[in-house]
Order: sequence, then C-alpha cells, then structure tokens
Amino acid sequence: MTLSRTSRWILGVAMALGLAFVYVPLAIVVVNSFNTSRLFQWPPPGFTTEWWQAAFQNQGVRDALVTSIFVAVLATAIALVLGTLTAMAVSRYQFWGRNTVSLLFVFPIALPGIITGIALNNVFTSFLGGLTFLTLVIGHGTFCVVVVLNNTAARLRRVVGNVEEAAMDLGANRTQTFRDITFPAMRSALFAGGLLAFGLSFDEIIVTTFTAGPGTQTLPLWIFQNLFRPNSAPIVNAVAAFLVLVSIVPVYLAQRLSGDATGGGRI
Amino acid sequence: MEQGVAVRLRGLRKSFGVVVAVDGVDLDIADGEFLTLLGPSGSGKTTVLRMIAGFELPTAGTVELAGTDVTHAPPFERDVNTVFQDYALFPHMTVQQNVEYGLKVAKVPRDERARRAADALAQVRLESFGDRKPSAMSGGQRQRVALARALVNRPRVLLLDEPLGALDLKLREQMQVELKQIQREVGITFVFVTHDQEEALTMSDRIAVFNAGRIEQVGTPAEVYEQPATEFVAGFVGTSNLLRGETAQTVLGHAGVFSVRPEKIHVADVDASPGEGEDSATGTVSEVVYVGSGTRYVVDLDAGGTLVALQQNLRTSSMDVLAMRGRKVRLVWRKEHEYRVGT
Repeated sequence: MTLSRTSRWILGVAMALGLAFVYVPLAIVVVNSFNTSRLFQWPPPGFTTEWWQAAFQNQGVRDALVTSIFVAVLATAIALVLGTLTAMAVSRYQFWGRNTVSLLFVFPIALPGIITGIALNNVFTSFLGGLTFLTLVIGHGTFCVVVVLNNTAARLRRVVGNVEEAAMDLGANRTQTFRDITFPAMRSALFAGGLLAFGLSFDEIIVTTFTAGPGTQTLPLWIFQNLFRPNSAPIVNAVAAFLVLVSIVPVYLAQRLSGDATGGGRI
Repeated sequence: MEQGVAVRLRGLRKSFGVVVAVDGVDLDIADGEFLTLLGPSGSGKTTVLRMIAGFELPTAGTVELAGTDVTHAPPFERDVNTVFQDYALFPHMTVQQNVEYGLKVAKVPRDERARRAADALAQVRLESFGDRKPSAMSGGQRQRVALARALVNRPRVLLLDEPLGALDLKLREQMQVELKQIQREVGITFVFVTHDQEEALTMSDRIAVFNAGRIEQVGTPAEVYEQPATEFVAGFVGTSNLLRGETAQTVLGHAGVFSVRPEKIHVADVDASPGEGEDSATGTVSEVVYVGSGTRYVVDLDAGGTLVALQQNLRTSSMDVLAMRGRKVRLVWRKEHEYRVGT
C-alpha cells in the first residue's frame, strides 16, 4: 500500500503521540526512582540509588516480592496443566458444546477484573472458609489459564492435526506421537503462554485485592498501600520501576517465541 | 493369505452425521498395482483412502490388507504409509530425522536407519538436503521428502492423497513422471487420490472413478476413457460428448446414450458423404477454440444437441480455423468409436 506524504506524516505523528502517552510516564517513574528529591522535583536535582537500596532492604517489599513470585509460579503451573488439557480437548475432539466450552474459558479475560474478584470472593468466603494464600493462587489461575489456552490451542490448530496422523501412520503409537510430535510442536507455545501468564499474575491487583487472604501481600498490593505515604513514595517508585522490568521482559520473550518460524499465536 | 490382493474393500460405508461420504464401495487392489481413485471433491475418494490408512473408522464394511482384516486396527498397526496432501512434515525435525522417523519407532538400528534414509533421499534426488528443516524447502522439495519418508519404510501399500495438488503445472507434470518411475522401481502398490483426470490417465494402471460416494467404473485408463460405463464417467474423464434421445435416433438410427470422443470426430465439408462403416451428422460451428497444437470445434447439430470435435492443426493455422465459426459442416466418425453408455 502506498500512502500520500501527508497521510504518512499524520500517521507518524499519531503513532509517536500514542507511544509517548504510554512510555513517557513509565520513563518518568524510572527516572524518579533515581531522583534525589523526595518530592520528585523536575528536572531531578541529582542522581541517587538510595531508593533502590531502601527498597531492596525493606522487609515489606522483600516479603511481597517473594509472595508475588510464589503466586505467579503456582498460578502459571495450574494454568499450564489446565490450559494444555483444555486446548487439546477443544482442538482435537468433537463433543457437544465444544464451542461453548471454548468461549466460557476465554470469557473471564473479557470480564471486568472487579466482577471476577467479587464473584471469587463470594465463593471463597461463603463455601471455602475464607481467603488464604491458596485462594489468591486460584484467583490468578482463572485468567492465567486463558492465555495458556489461547496460545496452545492456536498452535495445535495450526500444526498438529495432520502431523499427528503422519506420526501414527509411520508406526508411532499414541504415547510416542505425543512425546515426539505433539509436545515438541507445542513447546514454544507453552513457554510463551507460561511467560505471559507469569507476567499477568505478577502485576495483577484487582482480583488480588478480592482473593488474597489477610497477611498475604503481593508487590502490587504493597505499592498500592504505600503509594500515598510520603515516606514511602520514593521507594514505591523504585519498586514500580522494578515491576515494569519484570512484567515487560516475559511479554517481550513470549512475543518473540510465538512469532517464531511457525507463525504468530498472540494473546 | 490370498496371493495377489494388496487391499480388499468390501461394502465400505462411512457417514458423518447425516452426510454419507462413502456409500458401499467394493474394490480389489492388486499387489504392485498403481490404482487411482478419481473423482470430484466430495465424492468420497479421500475418505476411502483414510479408511485404508486407519484414520477413519468405517460405518460398515471391511478393509483387508494382504488378506488380514484391519478394519478396526489403528494406523500404527497397518503396513501402509501415507503421503499427505499438505505433506505433514514434522516442522521441528530435519529432513533426515523426518525420513528416519518411521524406522526409529520400528527400532531399526541407527546405522541401518541412516543408510536407508540416505538411500530414500537419493531416490527422490534430495541427497544433500538431510540437514535442512522442512521450512527451508520449496513445495516440490517438501513433497519429495514426504514421499521419501513414506517409502523408506517399504510399506506393502503407499497411499497418496492428492500429493501433487499444491504444485504448479510444470512441477506437477515432472513429478507425475517421477512418481510413476519410482513406483516401477520399488514395486510397491500405490493408491493415488486425485481429481485431475489427466493425471489419472497418465499415471495409473487402473482407475476407479468415484461419484457421490460410489464407484462408477473401475478399469484401465483406456477402458475408462474409450468405454465410459456411465454418463458421469463420460463427462468427468475427458469432454462429455454425448448423443442421446431424438438425436441418437436421427443420427445413428437407434435410441440410447452414446459417447464419441472429440478426437475421433473429423470435421468435413457439409456435402461430403460418410464412407463405409462411418456415421455422420451435419451442424453449424458455434465456437472455435484454438489451443495451439489443435483446434476445438463446438458444433450445434441440426438434429439437436452439441458435439465437440478436436482436430490437430497439421496444416492449418489459427487464421484459417477462426474463419470456420458459423460455417455449416459435417462431422464424421467411425462406428466403432460410438460407445453405448449406461445410465
């Protein structure tokens, strides 16, 4: 497609504005985490790593980080198992209500987090004896399953069908076919889905608010609670800057992986 | 075990819900034969192939391989291999690993595996491509890898599901010749699915013509072409050139449906009189299609109906033949080239 000079120029500016809108605030957070001024004077009067040091030494931050990692790892593990099994079921077998099941699994990601949160909160408090660390993991699992399912199902639809038949045709039984063909074909999609799930869980706050038991504090929760305390504000910036990195890296890797030789499989 | 029959299908049926894809197929395929399942898409030919391979379970009927009933056996217990329409190569394996896979699961020792895979790749002229990934190869090359991967196992029967469908015309013609050559060399039974009648005529020992889930005719290419058993076969294999009803009565002197192949018809002067053992009909040339080596005349008969006559351009040029449009002509053919078609 060829565009006129003017429209190219307009599109370029629009794109630059759009990107700036997203990334300039992120950059400011990162810069402020090194700002010597407690009140975030701009331009920063000096450079310091004091806040980063304080953040890493802060027991609350450390505990929250460990909790966040635990939650994300467990939720990702649950998502990988359930997501893969579901993907195999919906992409391989014909069964009554298959499309509905597919849709039902994807639905929670479209549902406002606050609804999911309230709904889970109701169930957990009414039937499961209240909120704990485990309820938080289950809460995160609900939306983590979706990204794994989407990635894996897309891959299965695209590569696997015929290739599995080819393997069996060549004499491989069902176990050998899964080990030699199906799993290797899904591997990078699983990895990508897992990374995305991890990233999503790591910085999630809405569902977390409603499903985390008392005393269970994730990093985003910690930030939220310390944001308006004047003493903590600079540390919050350092933690936020850290979160930006931890969330962006897995998403970037996941994109690279699902965009590999066999083609895309986006979230 | 019965000698000579590689594949025996008896009363084979397959329905998907209310759709009947295969509706009672009986067929014997001889050892070493090149048999083509020919038919339009949706005629059931691919479903029959998939039932022989074991990917589909028949609704009724049996599949026998070399005298053994395998109707309910899974694909990995059948001594057949398939070349898939989209090749279905394993994308994460090299060409060599793809070709070796069948031998590997059959627990053939590593050395022998490597040697046989190399032989198979040489047979399809890809000896230097072993380390490539399928994604780094062209369609024609992938096609040949798929062929090598199947042949290396020396199956009793090789099933080919429109393997040349994705190739361009030149490559397809070249592969037709190569496939036929390879089949003669290895002596394996080939069951080949295609919707391309020319491909079927070129390559096959016998052709089974499919229509709406049934076999309309089984015969050698010459039989199917010269003596079509049904109107469908007459139309699907070659140009439909039929005389029927009133027209047949007027032109031939007897009722029925008759097929005359276009190249058997000679376009003569309207005043010419047919010789001994010949039939003829007058008509008006309604269309002249110049196809290079020959010319196709579409003639509206005075007795009703239309016949197509194909003439070699031995002494004529395009200028001459185009002037034929609208002219009155007499079409002449020998009586033995009229073939009564069943309905």
